[in-house]
Amino acid sequence: MSEKQFREAIREAMVEEMRKDDTIILMGEEVAEYNGAYKVSQNMLDEFGGKRVIDTPISELGFSGIGVGAAMNGLRPIIEFMTFNFAVVGMDQIINNAAKIRYMSGGQLKIPIVFRGPNASAGQLGATHSVAFESLYAHIPGLKVVYASEPYDAKGLLKTAIRDDDPVIFLESEQMYGLKQEIPDEEYTIPFGKGKIKREGDDVTIVAHGKMYHVAKKAAEELAKDGVEAEIIDPRSMKPFDFEMVIESIKKTNRCVIVDESHPFAGMAAEIGFIIQRDAFDYLDAPVQRVTVPDAPAPFAKNLFDLWLPDAKQVIDAVNTVTYRN
Amino acid sequence: MAKKADETFTPTGKVYKSTTLPKPTRKKHTTLGLKDEDLMPVFRNMYLQRRFEERAAQMYQKGKFGGFLHLYIGQEAVSASTVHVLNDDDDIISAYRVHGLALARGTSPNACMAELYGKKTGCSKGKGGSMHFFDVERHFWGGHAIVGAHIPLGAGLAMANKYKKNGRIAICFFGDGAVDQGSLNETFNMAQLWKLPVVFVVENNGYSMGTSVERHSAGQLHKRGEAYGMKNGVANGMDFLSMVESLKDVVEEVRETSEPYFMEVKTYRYRGHSMSDPQNYRTKDELEEFRSFDPIERLKDYILKEKIQTQKEIDEVIEEVDQEVLDAIDFAEKSDAPDDHELFEDIYVQEDFPFHK
Ligand SMILES: Cc1ncc(C[n+]2csc(CCOP(=O)(O)OP(=O)(O)O)c2C)c(N)n1
Ligand SMILES: [Mg+2]
Repeated sequence: MSEKQFREAIREAMVEEMRKDDTIILMGEEVAEYNGAYKVSQNMLDEFGGKRVIDTPISELGFSGIGVGAAMNGLRPIIEFMTFNFAVVGMDQIINNAAKIRYMSGGQLKIPIVFRGPNASAGQLGATHSVAFESLYAHIPGLKVVYASEPYDAKGLLKTAIRDDDPVIFLESEQMYGLKQEIPDEEYTIPFGKGKIKREGDDVTIVAHGKMYHVAKKAAEELAKDGVEAEIIDPRSMKPFDFEMVIESIKKTNRCVIVDESHPFAGMAAEIGFIIQRDAFDYLDAPVQRVTVPDAPAPFAKNLFDLWLPDAKQVIDAVNTVTYRN
Repeated sequence: MAKKADETFTPTGKVYKSTTLPKPTRKKHTTLGLKDEDLMPVFRNMYLQRRFEERAAQMYQKGKFGGFLHLYIGQEAVSASTVHVLNDDDDIISAYRVHGLALARGTSPNACMAELYGKKTGCSKGKGGSMHFFDVERHFWGGHAIVGAHIPLGAGLAMANKYKKNGRIAICFFGDGAVDQGSLNETFNMAQLWKLPVVFVVENNGYSMGTSVERHSAGQLHKRGEAYGMKNGVANGMDFLSMVESLKDVVEEVRETSEPYFMEVKTYRYRGHSMSDPQNYRTKDELEEFRSFDPIERLKDYILKEKIQTQKEIDEVIEEVDQEVLDAIDFAEKSDAPDDHELFEDIYVQEDFPFHK
């Protein structure tokens, strides 16, 4: 085991896979000479050269689509978006081409491509730079969506993503890149669709992914001081989603809070909540609660932004509601 | 296939000289239609833009406010000449490196500083921040932070002007990085086809973040206009008088003919892309070279050389501006943050749906 930052874990996954398979390329803005806007691809240009680690212009539509075309024709591109807010410019290529071409062609081709980069808010960057996209992508048939919360998961899941023959949306966070964790030195992968119980508890199930996992964790630590033991499930991949793990946990705790940085309307939390009410209705002692950003864009001002972003206090409130402690 | 062709895609491994300036104009201000008394307000404003940002950077480093901070320092001649040449009701829209243009347009330093601080007295009520300055009353249509996304908006402003036959033109600024976006190409086509009265200006400061123009864009930027039959040209953005010379005719012609124009302004940013940028992509020599023809120093020297004002008078203005900026900081710090209910204002909210439960 060695301690690794989140960014290093992602880099190792790419580097290890690229050493084994020379059809894998990395392209995106500032990934090569600048070593990555957030230093994820540090030294990768040195190791793999400009043929495989490619700086692109600010042309998200163009390089997303070039990636899809190259994937159709035998390469396995990893497309880095400086953040997923900018992937919106390239969304036509992701949603119409990457996600649908295998299907429309009757399976004549596959699209082994990974679109990765930071997702959701990263402080006061304003409305256009703060959107959590997991719900939006998960909505589209043909896309797999991953949003890891810790270096160990990130590395194993990214390797799976790179090896996958379908397009994968791999979400990260500027605010997690520096996060450290012990991870194995030997090779490992993590399958999609398998969540992880990151904290065991009997009183309430908290489902939280990506950056929100850390908010949930903080809340659980506070709640423990009050004698409430939360079980935290990090689903790790949004699609496929480990419904079974969530349902099994609720059978034990009978209560559930979902924490999700997406907007509430038609978001991940709504989907998870629906499955829970259908498949665990008889086990629930309280309606499922969710903690999300509100149905409003991210404001700039610090006080409004703090109000906007879910925090541990909101999670604790929601837990208190489902445990009737409010 | 040629051997060389399969080694790489984007060229790597070399710091290029990022941008070359056309020769500055030799014309006197009077030949360009400026009176003696026009120059000091221009100098004052350019210095205000500079000082405002220097102080803003200090406050940012002290942790007084958050978000991104992209400084315009070095490019002030572009904004100053623009507002000088345009009518006050012509429409200006730009990208996220936007403090200078707002200050040039007349948005008060107080409102600008308060916006950086996220205060309700800010020019966007504290809801936009550094990248999203808006002052619609002054025909200043923002501050846009998705690269290239506002280029169609610039054409749209012009479309509405043409529709309303109000005689206004629009001017749309963006960085060299934005030239690579599809939005530019789609917009150029329609702007030319529909004969929209808009001046597109690329502020080519040599770099898109850490990537030099030669590494991100094929061919010369202004030539992108040619494919659409759009008139185009190059201007020296490090010199106020040169900019006036270039813009004057263009603005007149666009207003007259209602046809778009694409101007490539060669300029340079002295600071990093944002506040966290090690700037390894450029050489100290290049930076020094461009510093040696600082647009503000240049205008000051011109004013002195032409004996329009004395050094003492200039020093007084500098002192006055320094104080104005300090006052703006004071104003921002003392201003109130937006009220909580602002979170749900200026956006549609369904009143009867319990989103937030
Ligand atoms: C669509 C999109 N992609 C990427 C970014 C991130 N980004 C912000 S500024 C920038 C560089 C833009 O350079 P340029 O257009 O030359 O403007 P300058 O910074 O030089 O003023 C990048 C890549 C963004 N904001 N929007
Ligand atoms: Mg630039």
